[in-house]
Amino acid sequence: MLFEDPVFGSRMLTLLTLTFHIIFATIGVGVPLMIMIAQWIGIKRNDQHYILMARRWAKGFVVTVAIGVVTGTAIGLQLSLLWPNFMELAGHVIALPLFMEVFAFFFEAIFLGIYLYTWDRFENQKKHLLLLVPVAIGAAMSAVFITTVNSFMNMPEGFEIVNGQLTSVNPLMAMFNLATWTKVSHVVATAFMTSAFILASIAAFHLLRGSKQTYHKKGLHLTMKIGLVFAIASALIGDFSGKYLAEHQPEKLAAAEWHFETETEAPLVYMGILDDDQNVKYALEIPYALSILAYNDPSAEVIGLNEFPEDERPPLFIHYFFDIMVTIGSAMIFLGLIYWIGTRFNWQWVRQKWFRFCILLSGPLSMLAIEAGWWMAEFGRQPWILRGFMTVDEAATQSDHVGLMFVLFAALYLILGIGCAVVLTRMFRHNPVEKDLQALQGGEGR
Amino acid sequence: MSYEILGMAVLWTFLFGYVMVASIDFGAGFFNAYSKLTGKDHILTNVIQRYLSPVWEITNVFLVFFFVGIVGFFPSTAYYYGSVLLVPVSIALILLAIRGSYYAFETYGPTGHKGYAFMYGATGLVLPASLSVVFAISEGGFIEITDSGPFLDYWALFTSPLTWSIVVLAVVAVLYISSVFLTWYANKAGDEDATNLMRKYALIWALPLIITASGIVIELRFHNPDHFELILDLWWMFAFSLAFFIGSVYFLIKKKNYGWSVILLFGQFAFAFYAYGISKYPYLLYPHLTVYDGFTNDTMALALIIVFILGFAMLIPSLYLVFRLFLFDKKYVRGK
Repeated sequence: MLFEDPVFGSRMLTLLTLTFHIIFATIGVGVPLMIMIAQWIGIKRNDQHYILMARRWAKGFVVTVAIGVVTGTAIGLQLSLLWPNFMELAGHVIALPLFMEVFAFFFEAIFLGIYLYTWDRFENQKKHLLLLVPVAIGAAMSAVFITTVNSFMNMPEGFEIVNGQLTSVNPLMAMFNLATWTKVSHVVATAFMTSAFILASIAAFHLLRGSKQTYHKKGLHLTMKIGLVFAIASALIGDFSGKYLAEHQPEKLAAAEWHFETETEAPLVYMGILDDDQNVKYALEIPYALSILAYNDPSAEVIGLNEFPEDERPPLFIHYFFDIMVTIGSAMIFLGLIYWIGTRFNWQWVRQKWFRFCILLSGPLSMLAIEAGWWMAEFGRQPWILRGFMTVDEAATQSDHVGLMFVLFAALYLILGIGCAVVLTRMFRHNPVEKDLQALQGGEGR
Repeated sequence: MSYEILGMAVLWTFLFGYVMVASIDFGAGFFNAYSKLTGKDHILTNVIQRYLSPVWEITNVFLVFFFVGIVGFFPSTAYYYGSVLLVPVSIALILLAIRGSYYAFETYGPTGHKGYAFMYGATGLVLPASLSVVFAISEGGFIEITDSGPFLDYWALFTSPLTWSIVVLAVVAVLYISSVFLTWYANKAGDEDATNLMRKYALIWALPLIITASGIVIELRFHNPDHFELILDLWWMFAFSLAFFIGSVYFLIKKKNYGWSVILLFGQFAFAFYAYGISKYPYLLYPHLTVYDGFTNDTMALALIIVFILGFAMLIPSLYLVFRLFLFDKKYVRGK
């Protein structure tokens, strides 16, 4: 049988579900804001292009929301099904934000339903736009609440264990633990950034295919600017995350950086490969950079991985996840800046094919960065599920059927993924923007 | 009222809400597929899609609310039920995912695929079956507690007549609840053909419903005599339920006041569901877990209750808005 070991099986099934879910969760958190901005500009400038943009984005958005909902339900239950011991303990301390998340989502789902089915029922467009406010807030708050739970797993606070008994539970302290601030803001900012770049990719795709619609140019311009803002925000918050890790979870930072010996003036290791004796080869070493990342001080001392017992060290491959995330994040800032400066000074080459091809890649790459970031965060917490209190071995189910469930869920996600792609392509191929524009303005769609 | 009972009452209410709205949803999916098979889809599809599409995510939230709430108020349920329910709940999850994506793919997508509609309809019957197994498990006798945790005895579960009568009741209840509700909805939409068809289905499933429901009580007498005794103590609640049922069917037969039919239907199931819930007290999982030993700490309980009240205060007006727009707006219901 596949996955003889239920612990390994549970880890792999959780990995699978979260890897799939996070794509739709990220879109679910970020896109409502984009729709809101587009519709708002449309109303303010009385520009039908932006209204149409909001409308078309919303149309595609619901399909991804549906998948986000069903996979979110899956992970919600899988937490109890695969990690019953963890959820029993966690239920006592961190149930509050989980509960709040349901309300936030409920709120979002209700207003999204109303928003979608009432495009033409309001005389005043602004009232319709107002419906989006609870959607965007609910979406962002869902991310906030769920991320506090993940922060708690990294930095358990708000309870004490005395003689094996759980006491002095403080749900708010558990929720607002030390890891919460950087983690939550990083998750929300990167979701906005990724959603903006995905929409930019779509606009770039149409322009690459030779569409001359100003609609796409406006869409590209708007989303690239939003993407740039949030890419910079993500990087700044990411820097704070590094400082949080150095102070409170040094083993995760050390494993991600292949930083083995505690030292001052620590260099940052970029990429490379590792041999069995902790020797790094073919890597780019940036002097002082790790000390700066950790403490804003080139001579600061950074704790190395060898300070930790061997069975409490995270796997070293998270180094690559970290580097992928940071590389893509930096590239996105670079791309956004060039685009912004280029359009300001009217440089011709930002409108050329090769540059638009780069923009086309920005969406998928941002999503890859999200995945890499989560893989780094989750593998980087190993062997713990609740850092310092419970390992994944202690938390997992003993069921013999986890392997089979993995196969079933893998098949499900495959079907959902393909179905989503097919429906979205068909939806927009049958309704190209030219058709919508003509319907709107009786032919003056340029 | 103690926190334990307050918590359970709230969760049970949400579960009741889920049972009702999900039954409407599951049954509608089945009737939709069935009518496609018999070539009557022009009668039903419209009514069904107008009601189902905007509310399916809300239906789903009731379920999420219940399982998040129960882990919050009674963390030990995560340990007991989490350990044993991996297979049935995973299957239910996969089916729910297929349903959810159906709405997205069929309703928002350009053209429907017939095979997908059938799969969707089939899940409407398999889902209540797989979810209701949890009720059977909660009656005890199917779980073995070992050193490495609780294990489910599948053989005992699937050879027990109790399990199967619960499964059959769940399926029949889904068909009955759904057809009564859709009779009213179709009538409101002014669709006479659909009303008559749904009314026919409702009357067909009325008798089987009462037979299977009584069957379970008899099964319980053998399976869990303690519980059976407690149910008998609450006979008056079941009597109310029966009276509501008769009233509901009466209006259906008389072809009038379908709105009352639906209200009485909710009353019927409310009385039966709460009576069943009260009779289970104090067990969450007979005989291993009671609401008292499974309860969370007082601080968390208080925090959850406060959040619940605040959240609910926020939700009621929004739900009211949904109902006004999609359920009670005559123009929308009629497809204008």
